[in-house]
Amino acid sequence: MTVLLTRLFGAWRRARRTRPGAPTKSAAARGPLAVLLMQVRFDLLASFRNPRARFFTFVFPIVLLVILAGVFGNGITHVDGVAVHLSKFYVPGILAMSIITVAYAGLVVTVASARETGVLKRRRATPVSPAILLGAQALSTLVTTAGVTVVLLVIGRLAYGVALAPGALIAIACTVIVGTLSFACIGYALAGLIGSVDSAQPIVQATVMPLYFISGIWIPNVNLSPALRSVASVFPVEHLASAMHLASVRSGLGAALSPHDLLLLAIWGVGAAAIAVRRFSWLPSTATA
Amino acid sequence: MLTNSLEVAVAEQRTATNNTEDAVITVRALHKRYDDKEAVRGIDLEVARGEIFAFLGPNGAGKTTTVEILEGFRSASSGTVEVLGADPAHAPAAWRERIGVVLQESQPEPGLTVRECLELYSSYYHAPRGVDETLELVGLAKQAGQRATALSGGQRRRLDVALALAGDPELIFLDEPTTGFDPSARRAAWNVIAGLRERGKTVFLTTHYMEEAERLADRIAIISAGQIVATGTPKTLGDRHLSRARITFTPPPGCAELSPAMAERAEEQPNGAVVIHSATVAADLHELTSWAIEHGLDLNDLDVTRPTLEDIYLTLTRSQTPTETRSQT
Repeated sequence: MTVLLTRLFGAWRRARRTRPGAPTKSAAARGPLAVLLMQVRFDLLASFRNPRARFFTFVFPIVLLVILAGVFGNGITHVDGVAVHLSKFYVPGILAMSIITVAYAGLVVTVASARETGVLKRRRATPVSPAILLGAQALSTLVTTAGVTVVLLVIGRLAYGVALAPGALIAIACTVIVGTLSFACIGYALAGLIGSVDSAQPIVQATVMPLYFISGIWIPNVNLSPALRSVASVFPVEHLASAMHLASVRSGLGAALSPHDLLLLAIWGVGAAAIAVRRFSWLPSTATA
Repeated sequence: MLTNSLEVAVAEQRTATNNTEDAVITVRALHKRYDDKEAVRGIDLEVARGEIFAFLGPNGAGKTTTVEILEGFRSASSGTVEVLGADPAHAPAAWRERIGVVLQESQPEPGLTVRECLELYSSYYHAPRGVDETLELVGLAKQAGQRATALSGGQRRRLDVALALAGDPELIFLDEPTTGFDPSARRAAWNVIAGLRERGKTVFLTTHYMEEAERLADRIAIISAGQIVATGTPKTLGDRHLSRARITFTPPPGCAELSPAMAERAEEQPNGAVVIHSATVAADLHELTSWAIEHGLDLNDLDVTRPTLEDIYLTLTRSQTPTETRSQT
């Protein structure tokens, strides 16, 4: 026991010594995992210091939720046959929207601007592997969407009485992970297709805004025509929202998880990844001479 | 005679082998074709360990393409390229440990402070130079806590250099490192670059400033329209050392005639000055000053000049049509 404690203390002291400035092994010398964690740390730091990202990630979804639930909250709608107040309906819908905002809209702008400003090219000139840079971006995006999920679920619980059973929480966690990674792949594919940062934002909004209306995010899709619903069901937005909605009205993991929606999200993700691999470039699109 | 030329050939081969051994960069018959044009049309380059090599040329001459091939961002259409013993297009991560790159244009990492940028880039290398040491080297120690995006243009460029030096590389590519600097910032940057040579680093420098190349470079190559048009030291480039000197002076009005031999070569300028192109400066000056003393003339504005590096550069790159140059600027 004492030996174990001494060992632990020694390990703790060694860990303490790896402060910046102290003579120590570099992250690369400690292995790829250390570089990955370092990159995740700085990616998160950079995004939390970005006022645009802070607003669209945390402030905007909460404001939207409060407004929608405040105006329409007393109405009744049906989710998978269960009657719920609209205030409860909006929590999973806005959660789906927030994940798309972070993993798709935010990522496209971040990647396109890092490429066009030469940041990606400069990183590519160093020994860091592309796998670490991409992995770090996936991880830091997951950390952010997980944070948004926690915030929205706490607000949903306290303000709108959306109580989730453990099984439903696990289903939501799975949906957050699959949804985040799929939309990140779609984001990388789009970033590879567009040439400038200026066109990133409008293209992102043009692709998701119409889908928000027909995918059960802002308007319950039981109110929509079958034609619109079948259009929406082709796209990933509807499946992310649908998986979130299902989890919000079921308690057991088996009933709360929607393998069909997650599969469709994954198919979109893999398809987009194939495009991203072909189209992605580390060099600014203007550099040819 | 035969034995003699054979000996010469063997000796030449030996020198060539030696050169290759301490060559950091070797380029042979490099071509790069894009869809519609040939940007690089068969160039040879050799950069030795520990030297500062300046690569000059007008915009659109194939300079950036060549640099990007050497850095491993683009692959050659044909020819051989060897940088630190490897083909840059297929070099492993370990090769990137040994090079540092300052791009022509790049923005700082968004959201991070100067120190954080360096901590991040240092984490990519197995044996980085210390963060504080690098900041000190480029003169950014005082700005360590500032957001990188809040730095002035010159400070940003110094951060670019710091990030390139984070891994303590052997070979550093500097693509127009001082563009847009004020004169004092440029002097400071030159000191940093000259300091790299003192540490035994090899520097591959591109620049549009002839003074920069002249001040820093051990050797210079000029590329024009995809081909190397001259290589040499700043003193010998384009046979600068062999070209005729210009002797100029203004004889006072109504003074005695020059000797007939000299008068024949003298070209009178509209402003009254006289120019003599001279291949034998000492002899000509002796004759000229003897004549001046004999007639009691001071010749206070007597001047002997050689063509500047810029003169040489402009002559060598003139073949590239001006319109082509302008469209790429």
